[in-house]
Amino acid sequence: MLGRGIFQAVFGEFLPILLLMLVAAVVAGAMVTLSWVLGPKKDTPYKSSTYECGVTPVGNAIERFPIKFYLVAILFVLFDIEVVFLWSWITVFKGATIQYQVFSGVAVGIYLVLWIIGDAYVIKVGALEWDEEPQVAPEKLLPTPVEAPTIAAGSHS
Amino acid sequence: MTANQVAFLLVGGLAALGATGVVACGEKPVRSALCLVLNFFLLGVLYFMLGAELLGIIQVMVYAGAIMVLFLFVVMVLALQSQEAPRHKERRWPLAIVGAIALAATVASVIVTFDPSPFSQPVGDGYGKPQAIGAYLFTEYALPFEVASVLLLVGIVGSVLLARRNA
Amino acid sequence: MNVNALIPTVDWRALAPFTIVVCTGIVALIIEMLRPRRNNNLVVGVSLFGLLVAGWSLFGMLGGPSDESFAGMILNDRFGQILQLVMVGSCAVCFLFSEPYLREKRIPFAEFYPLALWSTAGGMLMVSSKHLLMVFLGLELLSISLYCLAGMSRYESKSEESALKYFLLGSFASAFLLMGIAFIYGETASLHLGRISEVLGAASASPLSTIGAAMVLVGLGFKLALVPFHQWTPDVYQGAPTNVTAFMAAVSKVAALGALVRFLWAIGTLDTVWFPLMWWVAVATMTVGNLAALVQNDVKRTLGYSSIAHAGYLLVGVLAAFSAPGRVSLDATAFYLISYAAMTIGAFAVISLTASGQHEGTRFYDVRGLWKRAPWAAGCLVVFLCSLIGIPITSGFFGKLLIFQAAFDAGLPALAVLLAVNSAISTYYYLGIIQAAFVTEEGAVAPRFGKPSASLNLACAVCLAGVLGAGLFAGPLIRGMGTAEVGPPVGVPVQDPLTIHTKNTSD
Repeated sequence: MLGRGIFQAVFGEFLPILLLMLVAAVVAGAMVTLSWVLGPKKDTPYKSSTYECGVTPVGNAIERFPIKFYLVAILFVLFDIEVVFLWSWITVFKGATIQYQVFSGVAVGIYLVLWIIGDAYVIKVGALEWDEEPQVAPEKLLPTPVEAPTIAAGSHS
Repeated sequence: MTANQVAFLLVGGLAALGATGVVACGEKPVRSALCLVLNFFLLGVLYFMLGAELLGIIQVMVYAGAIMVLFLFVVMVLALQSQEAPRHKERRWPLAIVGAIALAATVASVIVTFDPSPFSQPVGDGYGKPQAIGAYLFTEYALPFEVASVLLLVGIVGSVLLARRNA
Repeated sequence: MNVNALIPTVDWRALAPFTIVVCTGIVALIIEMLRPRRNNNLVVGVSLFGLLVAGWSLFGMLGGPSDESFAGMILNDRFGQILQLVMVGSCAVCFLFSEPYLREKRIPFAEFYPLALWSTAGGMLMVSSKHLLMVFLGLELLSISLYCLAGMSRYESKSEESALKYFLLGSFASAFLLMGIAFIYGETASLHLGRISEVLGAASASPLSTIGAAMVLVGLGFKLALVPFHQWTPDVYQGAPTNVTAFMAAVSKVAALGALVRFLWAIGTLDTVWFPLMWWVAVATMTVGNLAALVQNDVKRTLGYSSIAHAGYLLVGVLAAFSAPGRVSLDATAFYLISYAAMTIGAFAVISLTASGQHEGTRFYDVRGLWKRAPWAAGCLVVFLCSLIGIPITSGFFGKLLIFQAAFDAGLPALAVLLAVNSAISTYYYLGIIQAAFVTEEGAVAPRFGKPSASLNLACAVCLAGVLGAGLFAGPLIRGMGTAEVGPPVGVPVQDPLTIHTKNTSD
């Protein structure tokens, strides 16, 4: 009883997707394997340098990266989660009653407004500007006139 | 053994193998992360087999997609080098084995004495489908949904505050 | 497929306080986003105004009957309203002294205000719902904002340490909570505490629901810093910016206590298991908190341990109300929460004066000579600490007295005696802080304090009014509390089943 029947029974309508993945795996595997088997292998020091026709690398690639990259990744994850919510909404919206459409439309509208405010904030404070650091208004960093810092005077004596 | 069980053992076993790979490649973080991708993806397949389609899609999209990007970014940002990874002391092995056996025994005792009858009722038609979740999420659970959007806004503002705001 | 989900009743009035607080946060964010100013005064003003409106709307609801709306997601009852009022007030007082402190520390990020507002809103949700999903979402909203705020002072490694510890342990506790909720859902097929208590009351305790309830208690106990789950508290309180610590100590404790009370009420049928357990937790929380506080040399750490001890006192009040339903109410606990919030925020507000320039030291020797530089703030500090000890005419005294009395009335004399003994122990370290601020002369080194600003003095005055006012008017306040109707306590079967789509006004 093993055979096509199993997969039909278990995966049902997902059988085509399974087949697609199988084909993709075979094609990708074949490409890598065949080029590895058939390709000529000439190893020269020049060929095995990092960029054969490019600049000579300076230093190691494994070093600390700026936090900006990570912020982009976090914002991407948040974006991804926001989209996933909408996806289950559109699958049901078209065939639903008018009450559902209005109510859920308002709910999703509020959701989208909050999302847009968040993204507007990210852009507006320049958190995605690559070259310059987003600063708070410089005047905020000055001590307030009433509260002159007393520590500066003492540190010199 | 039914067809369902064969498929479950296949997918579940591979997922467990992937999970083992995450720990086994401890000194090569990128390989660990790739094993985690395999594990996440196969978990998604398991969700599909249980009929929880939306959960399966979220698992693949959010976990295997986005969360993994985050993991790889962490690996990159931290600049973990293989020689920097602390080598585990060999004398921890007995403790680890005892712990593993204890955990396995606990799980086994639960499985042996488990009474599946309350859980064997069939779920309703369309259970776990995106349509069913969409139907409830935006009506009965509309308020939690809005709170979740405030939570995501907190995530955006908080990450910018921690990562990029400079004084 | 046919959609048979029902559109829930929308009751904007019940949700108004939450909505107002969230929208105030959004407005504050938009102000900072569109027109970054030279100072945050506008943001502070808008935030305070929003909190005032939210408090006013809560106050207007106080007399009304309790009801549920949004498909059982929002419960509008007196207990929840009082706790929400405490949280809104605490947040406002924290905002009063935040601005000078943040400027002094050179971290004047206006994002503090929206994040703190949203955090407050999360806490408000936790206490105004009997639906575990809402409790979880409220907890996350409260916590995630706090993780970010704790790490706000980015040039200080102790602030980073605080945020990281809080985040890692907090998400671990959240995972426990969520897993427990899932177990309980597996047993009862409901997330609504009314329905859960009904199902659990009908059947004998199963392992699934017992483990689930234990995990939820772990999650809530972490937020409340009950003793086996308290280790994060001193480090997080010490490392976070002082205004954030004050906020954390007041708002998140009030919210977690509210959620814990509602949850303990729902699993009341398991009282043979939970009551002795929580009894021991209360004993351990009071004792460990006070004993550990004795050996600290940092004011913020000491106050952190003291907040653990106070969580223990609060738990005594809760247990008393649960073990003698009908005779003892939660009024004493609610009263104690009000005075706890006022005196803790006040104490932290005064301690925030130790920031000068970018430097901030909160060791005992750092507060030396406080009374010479800031006599008003130092005087207030004495009152707050006296209230924390429980010296008469302060509200802390009446709060402890009420809880002591409640424990006796409920037949828990051992807890009452332990409470008294612990209060006596706590005198030592509170007096230590007073001694550091008053008796010992300031060293010859440079002065350690920024000058107290007018808004800090105002915050002190508000807390002072809270501490003394609640003490002087303890009688009327207690009578007006009326939290007796919080729900059928332990062992009493629930009268009416959960009615999701209709208003349930006969509570």
